[in-house]
Amino acid sequence: MNFPVTVTVTLRAGIADPEGATIERALPALGFDGVTHVRAGKSFHMMIEASDEGAALEKATALAQRLLSNPVIENATARVGDSGWGAP
Amino acid sequence: MTKIGVVIFPGSNCEYDALTAMTSLGADADFIWHSTDTIEGYDGIILPGGFAHGDYLRPGALARFSPVMSAIAQFAKAGGAVLGICNGFQVLTEAGLLPGALQKNRGLTFLCQPTTLIVASTRSVLTRAASKDQELSIPINHFSGAYTCDDATYEQLIENDQVVLRYKENPNGSRDDIAGVSNVEGNVVGLMPHPERAMSTLLGSADGRILLEGFLRAPVSAS
Repeated sequence: MNFPVTVTVTLRAGIADPEGATIERALPALGFDGVTHVRAGKSFHMMIEASDEGAALEKATALAQRLLSNPVIENATARVGDSGWGAP
Repeated sequence: MTKIGVVIFPGSNCEYDALTAMTSLGADADFIWHSTDTIEGYDGIILPGGFAHGDYLRPGALARFSPVMSAIAQFAKAGGAVLGICNGFQVLTEAGLLPGALQKNRGLTFLCQPTTLIVASTRSVLTRAASKDQELSIPINHFSGAYTCDDATYEQLIENDQVVLRYKENPNGSRDDIAGVSNVEGNVVGLMPHPERAMSTLLGSADGRILLEGFLRAPVSAS
């Protein structure tokens, strides 16, 4: 079976995020007040062939650790499900 | 004659500068394509600057899986001298051959400017011809050059004398002004500044020669 999977990569807590900080500073100028703790990250969408949902998640977690994130500075989380990216 | 291999990944762009710097110092140097899986007959390896594999995902993230990297890891483990400049430094951290990581610059701007570096350790293959606390004028040219690591790694760096070079004035937000680090043994070194672009006073500075002459000094393995 093929499962739609989304992997989200964000900077670990305590790692400076100049991109998130810059976005946060820009928001009040656009009228969006009260937005704090902005952290920039990346998300990856893919189809994973696996016997069941658990196996798909395991594979996604492994590839997220090995390639999609740098564990020195980033965390990666994987979840199974169509998150609206247009999974086939 | 000392023989140096300069690795080319798809997207490297400082390989000719590195090669020319080496030959101008009297070394024999040639290129190594990234898909090569063995490296033999070299005294030292340079990973040059550029945008290996487009810097897609993260700088160095995909280059780490190029076949040549396994050979370089073995070469390094055997004590061979390995130097990563700019993108090459990013590749070495992604490959786990050097500790820490390089993040986007603090100001989110691409920095291309001369910097003054301070030699923090003369134990490494890159700084062994320099003096401790010596100031060197070497340019930087990067977007992701802010050196970062966790506290435990930082303590190890200090304890093992692995911080090789620091910026006199921190341009990019690097932790503790770090511009370059080595592995514990000192035979693998990475730095964001470009010594190969500081080879002639006509072009601004010849201080890169002090570093690269040290890199070529026999025996090539770390003392």
